[in-house]
Amino acid sequence: MSHRLPDRDEPWIMRTYAGHSTAAKSNELYRSNLSKGQTGLSIAFDLPTQTGYDPDDELAHGEVGKVGVPVAHRGDMIALLDGIPLDRMNTSMTINATAAWLLALYVVAAEEQGVPQEALSGTTQNDIIKEFLARGTYAFPPEPSMRLIADMIAYAVEHVPKWNPVNICSYHLQEAGATPVQEIAYAMSNAIAVLDAARRRVPAELVPAVFGRISFFVNAGVRFIEEHAKLRAMSILWEELGRERYGVEDPKALRFRYGVQVNSLGLTESQPENNVQRIVLEALAVTLGRDARARALQLPAWNEALGLPRPWDQQWSLRIQQVLAYETDLLEYPDVFEGSKVMDGLVAELLDGARAEMAAVAEHGGAVAGVDYMKAALVDSHRERLRRIESGEQVVVGLNRFAESEPSPLLEGPGGGILTVDPRVEVEQRAAIERWRAERDSAAAEAALAELARVARAPEENIMPATIAAARAGVTTGEWSRALRAAFGEFRAPTGVGEAAAALAGNDELAALRDEVERVSEALGRRVKILVGKPGLDGHSNGAEQIAVRARDAGMDVVYEGIRLTPAQIAASALQEGVHVVGLSILSGSHRELIPAVMAELARRDVDVPVVVGGIIPDADVELLRAAGVAAVYTPKDFDLTRIMRDVVALVAQWHGAGTPA
Amino acid sequence: MTSTIDGSEIGARLRAGDLGAAPLALNVLESSAPADRERSAALQRALSPAALGHEADGHLIGITGPPGAGKSSLLSELVAAWRRRERTVAVLAVDPSSKRTGGALLGDRARISFDPRDEGVLIRSTAAAGRLGGLAPATREAALALAAAFDVVVVETVGVGQSETDVAELADTVAVVVQPGSGDTLQFLKSGIMEVPDVLVVTKADLGDIALRARRDLSAALRSIGGRRTRVLAVSALPPASGIDELVEALDEHRARVDLPARRLRSRRAAALAEFGAEHGERGLRALGGARAAQRLLDAADPGADAPTLVRLLERQAAIA
Ligand code: B12
Ligand SMILES: Nc1nc2c(ncn2[C@@H]2O[C@H](COP(=O)(O)OP(=O)(O)OP(=O)(O)O)[C@@H](O)[C@H]2O)c(=O)[nH]1
Ligand SMILES: [Mg+2]
Repeated sequence: MSHRLPDRDEPWIMRTYAGHSTAAKSNELYRSNLSKGQTGLSIAFDLPTQTGYDPDDELAHGEVGKVGVPVAHRGDMIALLDGIPLDRMNTSMTINATAAWLLALYVVAAEEQGVPQEALSGTTQNDIIKEFLARGTYAFPPEPSMRLIADMIAYAVEHVPKWNPVNICSYHLQEAGATPVQEIAYAMSNAIAVLDAARRRVPAELVPAVFGRISFFVNAGVRFIEEHAKLRAMSILWEELGRERYGVEDPKALRFRYGVQVNSLGLTESQPENNVQRIVLEALAVTLGRDARARALQLPAWNEALGLPRPWDQQWSLRIQQVLAYETDLLEYPDVFEGSKVMDGLVAELLDGARAEMAAVAEHGGAVAGVDYMKAALVDSHRERLRRIESGEQVVVGLNRFAESEPSPLLEGPGGGILTVDPRVEVEQRAAIERWRAERDSAAAEAALAELARVARAPEENIMPATIAAARAGVTTGEWSRALRAAFGEFRAPTGVGEAAAALAGNDELAALRDEVERVSEALGRRVKILVGKPGLDGHSNGAEQIAVRARDAGMDVVYEGIRLTPAQIAASALQEGVHVVGLSILSGSHRELIPAVMAELARRDVDVPVVVGGIIPDADVELLRAAGVAAVYTPKDFDLTRIMRDVVALVAQWHGAGTPA
Repeated sequence: MTSTIDGSEIGARLRAGDLGAAPLALNVLESSAPADRERSAALQRALSPAALGHEADGHLIGITGPPGAGKSSLLSELVAAWRRRERTVAVLAVDPSSKRTGGALLGDRARISFDPRDEGVLIRSTAAAGRLGGLAPATREAALALAAAFDVVVVETVGVGQSETDVAELADTVAVVVQPGSGDTLQFLKSGIMEVPDVLVVTKADLGDIALRARRDLSAALRSIGGRRTRVLAVSALPPASGIDELVEALDEHRARVDLPARRLRSRRAAALAEFGAEHGERGLRALGGARAAQRLLDAADPGADAPTLVRLLERQAAIA
């Protein structure tokens, strides 16, 4: 084989994960992004849409239009896609629990443009297991959730043949702390669970087609050589799985197809300009070797750890992709790693590890039954990651090494270098959905919901036709989900913290902290007890989990109930548990609304304990939280967890009159 | 938390059915601070059978079983079922976490859903002092005190084989919870290592055949050791939950036939002995002439006495206080 390609390769699909405020505003943003040379759409929905609540739901408070676009009904979807030719667009929708619903809205919006569903191409993420493990926007229990996925696959292979109904995600696993081996093994185990469920729903002759429609959504961290090896390992495993487990022979169907968002967990708040280098290197991991090159790529922005990116920040990331694809010679060669001993060795290593870990998941009953096992393993891996960063074993430039810095001009200017969403958006969306309900044909909506409820209770039927009919009839996101919640029940995923391995042996600092916890506990009469709470629909659990585990390792009694709690639930738990301190973790950008709400609920119950807050809190908002009574605020730059815990214990001692350390 | 309301007043509030006083009562009962020990004694005195004129009305239920058997998930459904019957419920969840660092991740609460606006439900998590099946230091006192205010007081503990005796001593009704496919419990029952429970619950009935088989095997084992009155029920906590109403009835049925004063007396005496042991250790016990002698002393004491009074009696006898 020649060392040059006869023709330069086509670049991958370039996307920007975007959406906020309203459908109309997001449509404007999409059109502007497309005009800059972006070649596909990637829709970020807000958390109420992802979890199945309308903008006027109590649980949507503070979250409407924040981290994505609210799509509450057919009208919103039509506005969102206005003027974007859906027969030519490749659209990726990050939507899971409510994926069937959003696909239905997409199909109906296309109808409106005169585009038949057969012509649509794109992806619904629709991977529920990783929602239980890492991402948190689940709505229904595992079994009916898997049924919805299987229904969508069965429907799509027949009626929307160019659509990827499921995108198996390993991206989020790495963001939750997974090692490369865990990322491969859990994603493959997950794919097995999905395919096994789908196999029961389609005729045998369609199984290869189903296999061929499964695509992946993968991560790439800054250790970019190993990360590239990971992708090669995944394509080998995938092909093997197709041949051996599902009897697939068509080489096209056997190809491992994946899209990428590169690692964001490693992007720092400190010296945020360094994130650009990280992003470039990570992009190389998924583009460098032709045999395992991404089909689609979206890159985070330099200000990832500060808050939401502005259009300019996203443009910068798009330009990174364009430089890579159009200026460099990357696309001119066959696979540059072919025959590399290093690469083959790394791949073999990863394959061995992944096969062993897949066997462990199988022993736990497969990916659905094994959620508890995998979740605990991820919390553990993340604990190890943070331990290495704290100890300096893992260098993070600008954070735990080379931390001295000139002031960054990027952070100057109004708004501190991030996008903020106008709180009036929520008020307007509440009014808008009331208008929508008042103006639609309510008899038609009722009838469609009744049919949906019937089908939901008939597991042998496919949910899609009734869902599409409901979309046409003007049903809302909240109504669709409520009908399904009524039929399926609800579910809370495991937290993984209880099973996380026994306490760290720790270092001197941790030992000293334990002594101090003993002293304060003795003085208080009870062991220092902390509630770690996650208010709102926010699914970012990493910080809360690691804080909870470290508090335990420091000797405290810890109550952590997992994600998605209302302010009232958190306050009631604090009261009932008799905790000495409440720690709230929030990364969803809804802290301005939700933290004061928790404070009010605590006050209403006369719970007089200090409250500390951690997460993505822009500097500009710290004062607001303090004014609401918050004692301390922590952000990602405070990477030393033991130090945070020391502050918390000192605060408890001071607040409850337990004196100061001797 | 730094509240200074005195113990008898907290007791009086609980007696009057003021459930809002319960969290504070627990803070006091759990505290080892000297000032709180006084308050705790006064609180318990105010709720003793002597003060009430009868045993506290609440139904004390022990839910125990191997780790991960589904106890908390089951409780989530039971709490809802009791609330539908308008009964108030307190859950004391005892976590067995190892005590290497002293700290514990209290995980049961996360599985028990409740409406934060409903003041008829209280859930409190505590860490056991290390032993599997053990109770947290104040669980007995807490359960007895809350029984004066709540209709149902449940204690969840982890127990395998012999280790559920602590909760058995405490509760009016003990439900042992096992999941399908766990042969241990069957063996423990057959070999007599495990006491016959009042109710036996097989969880995760949604798993199908394997759950049915477990239920059949356990029923047979119980019959073979004479536990004919023990009901064996299969439940599922996964939506749609099943078997929950039957379990509520089985628990009620047991409570209706149990000798309540005898059980409660045993519970208070066990609480006193445990508290004395925790406070004065082996040396204290030796001063009394050993555990058996201590038990004899307690057996001879006033049946209406609350636990702290019994502790003081032992202390006087051992010439400690
Ligand atoms: C990892 C990650 C994810 C993971 C989360 C995995 C998990 N289970 O946690 C995944 C991939 C699932 C994810 C998804 C999403 N994410 Co995200 N994610 C991040 C990321 C990259 C890192 C967060 C993290 O885990 N850091 C590691 C932990 C250990 O750090 P930490 O939580 O900050 O905690 C530290 C301190 O803050 C503090 N702390 C935190 N909590 C507490 C609590 C107490 C009591 C104390 C004392 C201290 C403390 O101590 C810790 C030690 O340093 C951030 C950006 C960034 N680099 O920070 C975006 C980020 C938080 N995500 C964001 C968004 C928008 C999303 C989505 C909503 C996107 C969408 N539209 O769908 C989704 C949906 C998630 C959901 N269900 O809510 C935005 C939020 C924007 C905002 N606040 O304005 C961010 C900032 C990225 C961005 N710039 O757009 N995400
Ligand atoms: N299939 C099924 N799973 C269940 C059921 N009840 C609980 N589980 C699962 O079993 C696991 C343990 O449930 P818990 O309710 O925490 O069990 P537990 O006995 O309280 O556990 P510990 O307190 O840790 O000993 C979780 O993964 C639950 O989701 C059930 O009825 N059916
Ligand atoms: Mg439990």
